[in-house]
Amino acid sequence: MTKPDSIDTRDVVISIRGLKNQFGSQVVHDNLDLDIYRGEIVGVVGGSGTGKSVLLRTIAGLNRPKEGTVDVLGVDVQNADQDTMAEAGSNWGVMFQDGALFSSLTVRENVEVPMRTIDGLDADIRRQLADLKISMVGLPYFAGDKYPSELSGGMRKRAGLARALALDPQIVFLDEPTAGLDPIGASDFDQLILGLSRSLGLTVFLVTHDLDTLHAICDRIAVLAEKRVLVTGTMHEMLSVDHPWVHDYFHGPRARAALDTKNATPHQTETDA
Amino acid sequence: MENAAAPFITTTQHDDHLVVAMSGELTVRDVTAINAELAQVTLDHPVRLDLSGVSRLDTAIAWAIASLRKRLEDAGQTLDISGAATGTESLLRSVTEAMPEPTEIETPKLSITDRVANIGKDVFGAIKFVLALIGYFGLFLAKLLRSIRYPKEFRLTALVHHCEEVGLKAVPIVALMSFLIGVVLAFQGSTQLKQFGAEVFVVDLIAISILRELGILLTSIIVAGRTASAFTAAIGSMKMREEIDAMQSLGLDPGSILFVPRILALVIMLPILGLVANVMGLLGGGLMAWADLGISPAMFLTRLVNGTYISHLVIGMIKAPVFALIIGVVGCHAGMQVKSNAESLGRMTSSAVVTAIFAVIFADAAFSIFFAQLGL
Repeated sequence: MTKPDSIDTRDVVISIRGLKNQFGSQVVHDNLDLDIYRGEIVGVVGGSGTGKSVLLRTIAGLNRPKEGTVDVLGVDVQNADQDTMAEAGSNWGVMFQDGALFSSLTVRENVEVPMRTIDGLDADIRRQLADLKISMVGLPYFAGDKYPSELSGGMRKRAGLARALALDPQIVFLDEPTAGLDPIGASDFDQLILGLSRSLGLTVFLVTHDLDTLHAICDRIAVLAEKRVLVTGTMHEMLSVDHPWVHDYFHGPRARAALDTKNATPHQTETDA
Repeated sequence: MENAAAPFITTTQHDDHLVVAMSGELTVRDVTAINAELAQVTLDHPVRLDLSGVSRLDTAIAWAIASLRKRLEDAGQTLDISGAATGTESLLRSVTEAMPEPTEIETPKLSITDRVANIGKDVFGAIKFVLALIGYFGLFLAKLLRSIRYPKEFRLTALVHHCEEVGLKAVPIVALMSFLIGVVLAFQGSTQLKQFGAEVFVVDLIAISILRELGILLTSIIVAGRTASAFTAAIGSMKMREEIDAMQSLGLDPGSILFVPRILALVIMLPILGLVANVMGLLGGGLMAWADLGISPAMFLTRLVNGTYISHLVIGMIKAPVFALIIGVVGCHAGMQVKSNAESLGRMTSSAVVTAIFAVIFADAAFSIFFAQLGL
C-alpha cells in the first residue's frame, strides 16, 4: 500500500481490519484492511462483483461480515448494542443508488423522517430545516411537495442526499452517486458533493464507476481487487501502479479522456487539510 | 437584561446594539430552544453574535442564525458575527446562501360550487370506472375471438399454468370452507326445525341453500380474495417495471398474453370449484345430519334426489362463469392501473379484492331477482 506520510497523522474515522465477507461458498472480501480519515473524499473502485457495495453496506452496519472488525467513529459496528447503534446512526448517512426514498412520502417528509427521532424538535422548525436541506442539495423549493415518483432520477438522488444529510452526519456513504445521470448532471452532482463536503466538513465514502468523479473530487482512491483493498492513493499515484487491472482501469481510453478533461479545466481540490 | 432561560445562550443589551453570545456544542437537539430565544431578539438594534464559546455548530443552528439575519436585514438592521471558527464560518456562509425562498402556494378554499363539482367528478369517475371494466371485458372477448381465428397465437401453456394456479391450488381451501358451511347449516337448521318436528326438511334446507346460493357465492368470494389480488399484483408489478411497455415495443399484445389466459382460466375453473364446493357442502351437511339428527346417508340421498329440483343446481352453476368474468376483469384492470410506485401496487391490490367481492355479491343479488321474476 502506498500512503503519503502526511495523512497518517490525521484523524481516522473509519477503520476496517481483517474483514471477511462470504455469501455461501463465494468469498467476496478476505482479510481486507482500510482506513478513512476525517474530511476526505474517498472513492472506491473495482470491477463488477468485487463487492464495492457490500463493503459500503458492511461499514454502514447493513451487512454482517463473517470475520473482522469495522470501527466507525469509535463504534464497533458489528458488536454495538441497539441503543449505541441508534445513537451512532445519526453520525452517518447513506445515499442509496436510486435514492431509496419512501415512495408514500413527499420529498420534504422524507427528509424529515430522520429528524423525527429527535425529541422536542418543533414540527415547524423541522419542516423549515427540511426545506433548508432540500435547498442545500440544489433542489428547487417546490420539489419538497413532490412525491419521489414525480421527480427525475437526478432529482431523486439529490433528495436521497438531502435525507442522508438530515442530521448533519460526519460521514456520508454514497452508492454510485452519478450512475444514470447525464454528464452535465453528473458533473453538477460531483461539485455538489465536493462543496458540501468542504463546507460541512463531511467525510465522504463513495462507490463509483465514474472516472470523472474520481478525477474531479476524490482525495484518495481505494482499489478493490483480489478480495481486498489492493492499493489506495491519489489519482496521480494510481497512474503508476503496476497491477494489470489497475493499469487497465486508469490507462484505458475512458480514463485518458477523463484525465484530459481534468487537465484542461482544473478544479480546485485541497489535497491536505 | 440578562436572560437565563437557556444556559448556552445569553442576550445582553448594550447602548446601541444587542450582543447575543452562544457557547457549548450546539446541534439540532438544541435548535428549538435556540430558535425560540433568537425569536425574542428585538429588531430595532444591530445585533452582534458572539460565537467564540461555541465548540461545534451544525446546520440546524446555522439555519436559526441565518433566519435571524434575514429578519434583521428585512427590518433594516445588521447581524455581525464574531468569534466563529473557520469551519463554522463556511457552514454559515453556505447555509445563508441556501436559505430557501418559500414560494407558498395558497390552497384555495372550497366553495359550495367546488363541493358540488367534486361530487359530480366522483360520480363521473365511478361511471368511467364501470365503463372501463366493460371495456376490459370487451377487450377480453375480442382477444378471445381472435385466438379462435388464429389458434397459433393462443397461449395454451399459460392457460394450463393459470388453471393450476387459480383452480387446482384453490381446491383444498374451497373444499374445507364448503364442508364447514354444510356442517354449520345442518347444525343450525336442525336446532330450529326440531321445534316443529320437521327435522327431515334439513336436507332440503342444506341442498337448496348450498346448490343454489352458498356453494358458488362463497367459492367466488374466496377466489376473488385469492385470485383477483394475485392478478393485480402480477400485472401491476410488470407494469411497475415497465415490462408491459417492453411487451408493446416488441409487438406483443398484453391483452392476449396476460388477460386472456388468466380470465379464461378463471372461467373454466370457477364452475369446477363451485361443483367441488357443492359436493363438499352436501357431504358436510349430510354427515352432520347423520350425527346430530340420525338421518342416515341413504335417507339423506333419497330425500336429496326426490325433494330437490335439478334447477337449483343449474341456477347455481349458471352464475359461476359470470362471477369468474367479473373477478378476472376486475383483477386485470386494477393491475393495469398500477403506477410506478410501490404504494399504488398495494392500493390497487386491495381495491381489486374489495371491488371484485362487491361486484360478485351485487351480481348474485341481480341473479336472485331475475330468477325470482322468472319463477324459477
